Amino acid sequence: MDWYPLWNSLRIAAISSVLVFFLGILLAYYAARLSRVLKGILDVILTLPLVLPPTVCGYFLLLLFGARRPLGQWLARWGIRFVMTWYGGVLAALVVAFPLMYRTARGAFESFDDNLAYSGQTLGLSNTYIFWRIRLPACRQGILAGTVLAFARALGEYGATSMLIGYTPGKTATISTTVYQLWRTNDDAGALRWVLVNLVISTVVLLTVNLLEDRQKRTVRR
Amino acid sequence: MSLTVKIRKRLAAFDLELNFSTAQGTLGLLGASGCGKSYTLKCIAGIETPDEGRIVLDGRVLLDTDNHINLAPQQRHVGYLFQNYALFPNMTVRQNILCGLRREPDRARRQARLQEALQLLQLQAVADSRPARLSGGEAQRAALARILVSQPQLLLLDEPFAALDTHLRDRLQIELEGLLEQLKQPAILVTHSRDEAYHLCKQIAVIDQGRLLTLKDTDGLFADPGSSRAAVLTGCKNITPARVIGPRRIELPVWGIRLETEQPVEPGLTAVGIRAHAFDPAARTNFYPVCFERPVEEPFEWTLPFRWQNQAGSSQPVWWRVPKRDLTQPFPPGLGVNPENILLLYDG
Repeated sequence: MDWYPLWNSLRIAAISSVLVFFLGILLAYYAARLSRVLKGILDVILTLPLVLPPTVCGYFLLLLFGARRPLGQWLARWGIRFVMTWYGGVLAALVVAFPLMYRTARGAFESFDDNLAYSGQTLGLSNTYIFWRIRLPACRQGILAGTVLAFARALGEYGATSMLIGYTPGKTATISTTVYQLWRTNDDAGALRWVLVNLVISTVVLLTVNLLEDRQKRTVRR
Repeated sequence: MSLTVKIRKRLAAFDLELNFSTAQGTLGLLGASGCGKSYTLKCIAGIETPDEGRIVLDGRVLLDTDNHINLAPQQRHVGYLFQNYALFPNMTVRQNILCGLRREPDRARRQARLQEALQLLQLQAVADSRPARLSGGEAQRAALARILVSQPQLLLLDEPFAALDTHLRDRLQIELEGLLEQLKQPAILVTHSRDEAYHLCKQIAVIDQGRLLTLKDTDGLFADPGSSRAAVLTGCKNITPARVIGPRRIELPVWGIRLETEQPVEPGLTAVGIRAHAFDPAARTNFYPVCFERPVEEPFEWTLPFRWQNQAGSSQPVWWRVPKRDLTQPFPPGLGVNPENILLLYDG
């Protein structure tokens, strides 16, 4: 059995989760401090990929990064091509998984007690220290939940991925596109193998989350 | 310590406009909830910025909107004790206190000051606990330790006892008073409780709707609050309109009585206040017959609402509070007021 789709799916999900982690925190942090109107507008834009069909997201991505589009041509000058490449999959997963992280993290930031930040400032702590060592840890439950959700979503991403990077065995194939391809070509047994692999990964992810949550509850109590 | 505060800020409910300076010990800001007193503290700490203002602490300009000076909270060296203490939940007490010591570069000295603070505030036993495990008193001491190790020039206390049970409150007030005295730590206390203000402050500024009503030394304020609002905030239960009829003589139209005063009465007099404890059945002056209403019994005191014989029917009864063992005769036929216990109130 060729394990390439597993490796490709994992690296796409991992890289896009890391990017989503930082981007989501950054945008959620600033959105939580915006005025109501601006926050509403930003919210709609940043949440759209969650409610749009992934194929529509893929269509928009092709519109932006297609080989004949201005942005796509400009990027191609630097040797970057998102269409039909594995790292195009990272972009697709990033766009689709981002809203999950953004919304969960924003909720966490909004319920943060600002007095903690203020008291840190009056104690002379730098704003950077307060952000990374006080605000983020206090919001870690929401941020952790958002990251895991984003990772799971990125791992299962199909629509936008197949639009942008298609299916090339050994090159852009992921678990989800492979399952579809094998089923389409009447290789039921092959499809089932990948379905089982997918089930195992998802179960492991969910178990890890539960374990982390348990441990966190115990630390808080101690 | 010397502090000058002059701030203006347009708030939703009213305009905050305060102008005061102070030079000694603990200053109290006394006012009802939402009168702008906490906002004032936040301006001094640099957490909030007023529309206009100038704040000078010991000759150091913290804020001067005319000259575009607005120091960050980190540069002000002003400690702020929040009502909920704002201990960092993800750190132990020890780590919380170390946050106040990050300006100290020397590791050995940092440790020494940490140990000193743990000992001074009796936190050794809980040094490695997280804030969620602390009692209210321990949390307050931990928050104080964290601020005091940073050696602030001024300590701001924002309703520090509001989150505590009543039985803890009195004890912690005494502890805090001792601590501030021992460390000679200048402080400003924001409170709506006259008892807290009385116990802890040498001077009290009374604030109402964003304005400074009066700033006096504590004894002077309770003896002569000067205005109805200030009298209410110092706990005066009985306030009624008054009219001048002589150099030391006033008429109270609603109560239907005339009183002799100790202080000479000025022309602008609008009302008088008489504290609920100030009535005396054995008084020789200002004595008038009364009719009692339904008494309210408390553990060690009686609250005895009454009306003067000629009091207007629609008006509120007058409150007399008397310790149980001082009440020799259940319902005396009349009550008097010592002239020195009449608070003359001039409302502008």
